[in-house]
Amino acid sequence: MLSINIQKNLQAFMLDVHFNVKSEIAVLFGPSGSGKTTVLNCIAGLTHPNVGQITLNQRDFFPKKGKPVPAAKRHIGYVFQDYALFPHMTVKKNIQYGLKDHHLMDRLTDMMGIDHLLDKYPHQISGGEKQRAALARALVTKPDALLLDEPFSSLDHETKTECQNELLELHKLWQIPVLLVTHDKEEASILGDRLLRIDKGKLVT
Amino acid sequence: MDLTPLFLSLRIAGIATIVVFVTGVFLARVITRSQFPGKRIVESVLMLPLVLPPTVVGFGLLYLFGTNGPIGKLLLHWFDFQVVFTWTGAVIAAVVVAFPLMYQSAAASFQKYDHNIENAARTMGASDWRIFWTISFPLAWPGLLAGLVLTFARALGEFGATLMVAGYIPNKTETIPLAIYFAVESGNRDIALFWVISILIIGFAAILWLNWWSERNILRFSSDDL
Repeated sequence: MLSINIQKNLQAFMLDVHFNVKSEIAVLFGPSGSGKTTVLNCIAGLTHPNVGQITLNQRDFFPKKGKPVPAAKRHIGYVFQDYALFPHMTVKKNIQYGLKDHHLMDRLTDMMGIDHLLDKYPHQISGGEKQRAALARALVTKPDALLLDEPFSSLDHETKTECQNELLELHKLWQIPVLLVTHDKEEASILGDRLLRIDKGKLVT
Repeated sequence: MDLTPLFLSLRIAGIATIVVFVTGVFLARVITRSQFPGKRIVESVLMLPLVLPPTVVGFGLLYLFGTNGPIGKLLLHWFDFQVVFTWTGAVIAAVVVAFPLMYQSAAASFQKYDHNIENAARTMGASDWRIFWTISFPLAWPGLLAGLVLTFARALGEFGATLMVAGYIPNKTETIPLAIYFAVESGNRDIALFWVISILIIGFAAILWLNWWSERNILRFSSDDL
């Protein structure tokens, strides 16, 4: 279980959220600039809250003594909005970067139908393919939780539906806490086991 | 024809380029990614040699490294080593004068690409060291290489500060630019012309190669991924 209770001063408002994600897909839904990505960055360890607590499977990321657990040691997969694939590496090298298990890579690329793309560079593949490559790259690290920042926002309708279904299928197999950020209401209701609305840094019910 | 100035110039510019490349890349990377009070002042100091007349740089180096200067005195005392009027002095002059070019190129290239690319590597468990060598350095490489070539060219052409710090000592500190100046001074126009043409060829080849290389590189990354 991933549990979050953080406060952070942002330029326009104070981010103050408190919620838990079990082995489910929770959707953080809200308008642009409401602090969604900052929540993900705090969980991943790319930025730090002013005060608060984040624990993942009883692992406290802000131990009483010492520094916060660094991003590299949190075991959290992160798919960025623009995918952030390494442009100078092939899809295969991208996926292998954080690889822990070769069988897993073969299985994943096979399942997601990106076998034939392995030797291509990111600029040679389509948006949907990039999304799949980024998701595979995050999953091969065997993360304990998965963060997705608007992962389908740049895809056309058809590809979006395909990718959403794939995510649901993958989650059935993986069963880890998934936190997905979106401003798309339809997407939120299709994917979310649970919906968390956020506005100006606060969760609203 | 005595080719000593050519070898001396290449040696001085080569060593200066290595020093400038390592320190320039390191400082650019550290400074561009951190926020601290006085950051702009530090950056301005690093860029200062670019806008100062080389004679001012030479004057400053003479003050620091002269036998009575704060650094020169220590070097003499501890290592029995003198910088002024040696080719090491010429290296130091070239380093200081060429440094801003490398720093500027490196700072720009580390800010050019999407930083989430590094963040992605971080969430995959990579150490800072691994991220630098596998992500940051290769992505910044086109800009770093441009800085490298400019640094080498600038170090090779350094005249004013070199003359003040290293002086003109044939076979010891006589680099090509110094050889040209003193050949003209003493009426040896043929020798001067020979060195002028040599340095023109080296400079032209460097720029030509750089342009060719960056064009090829732009084609390779012709996407919106960077």
